Amino acid sequence: MDKTVNQKAWFLVLPVFLVVAFSAVLPLMTVVNYSMQDTFGNNQFFWNGVGWFKELLDPSTDLGGRFLASLGRNLFFSLVILAIEVPLGIVVALSMPRQGWTVAACLVILALPLLIPWNVVGTIWQIFGRPDIGLLGYVLNAAGIDYNYVSNDIDAWVTVIVMDVWHWTSLVALLCYAGLKSIPEAYYQAAQIDGASRWAVFKAIQLPKMNRVLLIAVLLRFMDSFMIYTEPFVVTGGGPGNSTTFVSIELVKIALGQFDLGKAAALSLVYNLIILIVCWIFYTVMTNAGAERKVQAESEPAVEPKPSVVLKPVAALKPKEGVA
Amino acid sequence: MARIDLVDLAHSYGGNDAPQDSFALKPVTMTWRQGGAYALLGPSGCGKTTLLNVISGIITPSRGRILFDGKDITPLSTQKRNIAQVFQFPVIYDTMTVGQNLAFPLKNRGVPKAEVDKRVAEIGRLLDLEPYLNRKATRLTADAKQKISLGRGLVRSDVAAVLFDEPLTVIDPELKWQLRSKLKALHRELDLTMIYVTHDQTEALTFADTVVVMHDGRVVQSGTPAELFDKPAHTFVGYFIGSPGMNILPAEVRGREANVGGHVIALNRAYDNLPAGAKIEIGVRPEFVEAVAPAPGLLTARIERLDDLGRIRFARARFGDAKLAARAPAGFTSSDGMAGLKFDPSHVHVYADSLLVEGAV
Repeated sequence: MDKTVNQKAWFLVLPVFLVVAFSAVLPLMTVVNYSMQDTFGNNQFFWNGVGWFKELLDPSTDLGGRFLASLGRNLFFSLVILAIEVPLGIVVALSMPRQGWTVAACLVILALPLLIPWNVVGTIWQIFGRPDIGLLGYVLNAAGIDYNYVSNDIDAWVTVIVMDVWHWTSLVALLCYAGLKSIPEAYYQAAQIDGASRWAVFKAIQLPKMNRVLLIAVLLRFMDSFMIYTEPFVVTGGGPGNSTTFVSIELVKIALGQFDLGKAAALSLVYNLIILIVCWIFYTVMTNAGAERKVQAESEPAVEPKPSVVLKPVAALKPKEGVA
Repeated sequence: MARIDLVDLAHSYGGNDAPQDSFALKPVTMTWRQGGAYALLGPSGCGKTTLLNVISGIITPSRGRILFDGKDITPLSTQKRNIAQVFQFPVIYDTMTVGQNLAFPLKNRGVPKAEVDKRVAEIGRLLDLEPYLNRKATRLTADAKQKISLGRGLVRSDVAAVLFDEPLTVIDPELKWQLRSKLKALHRELDLTMIYVTHDQTEALTFADTVVVMHDGRVVQSGTPAELFDKPAHTFVGYFIGSPGMNILPAEVRGREANVGGHVIALNRAYDNLPAGAKIEIGVRPEFVEAVAPAPGLLTARIERLDDLGRIRFARARFGDAKLAARAPAGFTSSDGMAGLKFDPSHVHVYADSLLVEGAV
């Protein structure tokens, strides 16, 4: 109410302001600047207005066609890996031991894929799947299955999806395991006494207690898979044809392959915007879930079955104490 | 509803081959009659929760058998025993309404829907949960949640016994009292066997008609509150029940006399056959020791302080190495810090190796 006004306080904010400006605002503005222009090299730029953005959203143009196709592939990819990794992660978490040395062993094994650098994961699968020298590719072909991720669209997709599942299911499993560990033993004992089947225990206790970590897992996996670049680039290079070219791969092709800075800048801005919007949706959903929980906790006295009469005089005393 | 017999029951978390001293529950044989209200009383770690979990089947005992109405149910899983258990912390199923919570045990057992609805309505009425049956259970207070936990046990018409594992720990003191009265009322109304685990003697003595006191994995005494108070079978019971606890003094007992540090206290009964070599003690409740002005023939002790409990005053006294509590009658003051202690011979008990010895009349 009577705060002292001290203009010198602005100086304290200045370093942060400068850092943010140089690390975020200026580069972003450069991209915005590029997205409005066309260049033919030699640092010669021509004003193009919102032309690139119009093209980007129009599937009949080359740029728009490539962008929308890769965006579709990206969404489909995210959907598929979420549909596999989330249930699989839950199953893995449920079947993990609860105590003993095996817990530590399981955690280490699960954490291993998460610790491998992304391009190494790509290289592992690139070699693993090769029909001539890769164990997987060779065995599959020897077994009579015609598998070749270099020439067959479906094989390429299967390889990329299996690789992602191999790499990231652990993350979902570890998150779920943490959620499961936080359930007190009494819940399971009560369920036993209530005669609950394994499925009923899962539905009534484990799933509701895990839903928060599951939301986080879905968010992380969606964002990560939506931005995926390194692994499919190393394995398939976006091929065969354009069948595994995701938005990020397309972006790099346009920016560094064709050196179309204007198009690439426009694409990256839209790409960024999509990610921000999805983040915002998830964030809103999560904070709403949290807020609901908080409201529940606060509204407890209101729904208490038997308001205690004896408590009233105590409450009536309180103002007096305040006066004293 | 059933009578529960424990036959030579014992449990060790270290397996059956562990030394008997380390057993969490040492061999016990006892009967819980149908419709009784029992309290299992003892300090933390005395084995009372282990005993409870063995009865409900959460723990399989290392040794012995449990009989429900004469039928051996030791190998049966918790689901197959007709047992309800209420835990220390309320357990509710978050996603369900209060009504669905109550219906859960019945649905799991494939009870027809009409029957389920009838039982849920009935139990809801008994527990005053009726207005909340369609509400989400997460939104309720701890005591309401605990009632739901209890309701899930009561909703099954066939429960042999309801077990309570310190169910009022998380409840506010005022509501604690209400909920305990509710439990007593339910016990009268439903004619159920109830076993109530607690470390709070007030809770045990007000709830139960039979209190089972446990100490170090052993059942040391089982009896009515009055029996536990008047005639503790073990020095631990004397010390644990009552506030302040029983005075325990090392003594030499011969015939009808006990010699405590050179002072002779008269006894009401004759003790001629005390086991040789045993540690002999006498025990007397502070209520039956009176602090008066020092006089010849009385045990003289130093008064350390007076505890005024409002209705009654207790003098804390020291005699040699022994500490004593004694009733200080109105008007008692001690000018020089000394007092004479007058023992009521009919309430002085003799213990050999901590166990009560019955004297000859």
